[in-house]
Amino acid sequence: MTAAESVLAGDRLALSRLLTQVENGTESGKATLDSLFKHTGHAHLVGVTGAPGTGKSCLVSQIALEVRKADPALQRSVAIVAVDPSSPFNGGAILGDRVRMRDLAGDPGVFIRSMASRGALGGLANATAGVVQVLDAAGFDLILVETVGAGQSEVDIARLAHTTIVVETPGMGDDIQAIKAGILEIADILVINKADRPGVENTERALRVNLELGYPNGGFHTFIEAGHASQDAASPSLDADVWVPPVLKTVAIESKGIAELVQTIREHREYLVKSGLLALRDRERLNHDFEVLLQERLKQDWLKTTDPSKRDEILSLVFDRKLSPGQAVERLIK
Amino acid sequence: MPEQRIRVLIAKPGLDGHDRGAKVIARALRDAGMEVIYTGLRQTPEMIAEAALQEDVNVIGLSILSGAHMALVPRVIDLVRGNGQSNVGIFVGGIIPEEDVPELLAKGVKAVYGPGTPTSRVVEDIRADFAAA
Ligand SMILES: Nc1nc2c(ncn2[C@@H]2O[C@H](COP(=O)(O)OP(=O)(O)O)[C@@H](O)[C@H]2O)c(=O)[nH]1
Ligand SMILES: [Mg+2]
Repeated sequence: MTAAESVLAGDRLALSRLLTQVENGTESGKATLDSLFKHTGHAHLVGVTGAPGTGKSCLVSQIALEVRKADPALQRSVAIVAVDPSSPFNGGAILGDRVRMRDLAGDPGVFIRSMASRGALGGLANATAGVVQVLDAAGFDLILVETVGAGQSEVDIARLAHTTIVVETPGMGDDIQAIKAGILEIADILVINKADRPGVENTERALRVNLELGYPNGGFHTFIEAGHASQDAASPSLDADVWVPPVLKTVAIESKGIAELVQTIREHREYLVKSGLLALRDRERLNHDFEVLLQERLKQDWLKTTDPSKRDEILSLVFDRKLSPGQAVERLIK
Repeated sequence: MPEQRIRVLIAKPGLDGHDRGAKVIARALRDAGMEVIYTGLRQTPEMIAEAALQEDVNVIGLSILSGAHMALVPRVIDLVRGNGQSNVGIFVGGIIPEEDVPELLAKGVKAVYGPGTPTSRVVEDIRADFAAA
């Protein structure tokens, strides 16, 4: 059996080894990934981001538990990819997210993989997309990706995931400015975890004010009303043609609010399917991957045919301010 | 560009309740450039073997203070080998009486470290084991 066949047949050791190959960017890993590509596109990809310590790992574990027990008949399988930072000094990493996921141990329908960011700054590792593709091809129904949470920007996860969950905690985002720029734009669902702590109302208010700025006429009123009713603000604007991120409250260590969160993920997927956004986002992502690889490949090919001394010569003209970088590229390409 | 890193699982099987030693060694291995998967207290051999499989680690470090090493360590080894991970090096640290060491080594443990072992020695041993695997 080839590695791809073993993975498709459900061989966990083959899967795990392939993930390592993909993570390390080996040629055999790439080739196997290529052959598995046609089996991808089935899983729902959920990103979980938020500052370190907000409870992402606990939440991910709880979501997985809930999904596993919610529909026993469906036997929906769950894969988790948890990314932690690599040290910029020595390249090592301590990957500790599994500590919070021990309730999932022994469940053959769950697969947890820790990844170090290996120098990438966007909250994921460069190989995370490939790792997720492998897990998708391996047949997992739900793939949860926990980001580093301290990335310069967390747009990577928004591009990768179908549903992006942004986790805040009371006391962090109490005033409008404290909420990390750009974080609300990527949120499909906002979670205030540690809702057992004081200050939940302030955090909720700050998030809602920010949302209102972002969605001035996006069916916000229905959302506000639903939101004040209770935690089942979960179903905001399915009938409207815009999804306004619901704000949910959870206590991950007490499994509170988790069923609502899972339900909201399900509703978001339904919204994506109905609105056609699921297919659109998928195409955007694949287009992006294609563009990146195309650029890289064209550059590599071109470098092979170019005399490095000519490049240096033209570059030195740029250094002397005789050519702009744009003019230099034009001259080099000609 | 391809990049390979040594992946190590640091686990604490058994019921004893503190993991300072395990954390010290985890940090030392991290500082040596390794990727250390840390799983926390009170892991069963089944949990350890499952984590080792999912994480495709090169090395497992077991920290045991409870005195239950003669039961726990062979069980972990059997499960890990049973999963097909024949090349994973298994190292044991903690409070292990001298007279138990030969039997652990015979069962396939690569090395046993008592209290006060310099972390640099553990780093060297793991690197050597990785290079040989
Ligand atoms: N009080 C409280 N603590 C929580 C809650 N969820 C997680 N924690 C704690 O927050 C800490 C960080 O959790 P973790 O999931 O590792 O956060 P991460 O860094 O975002 O992945 C742990 O000590 C958890 O026990 C919660 O709902 N309430
Ligand atoms: Mg975490």
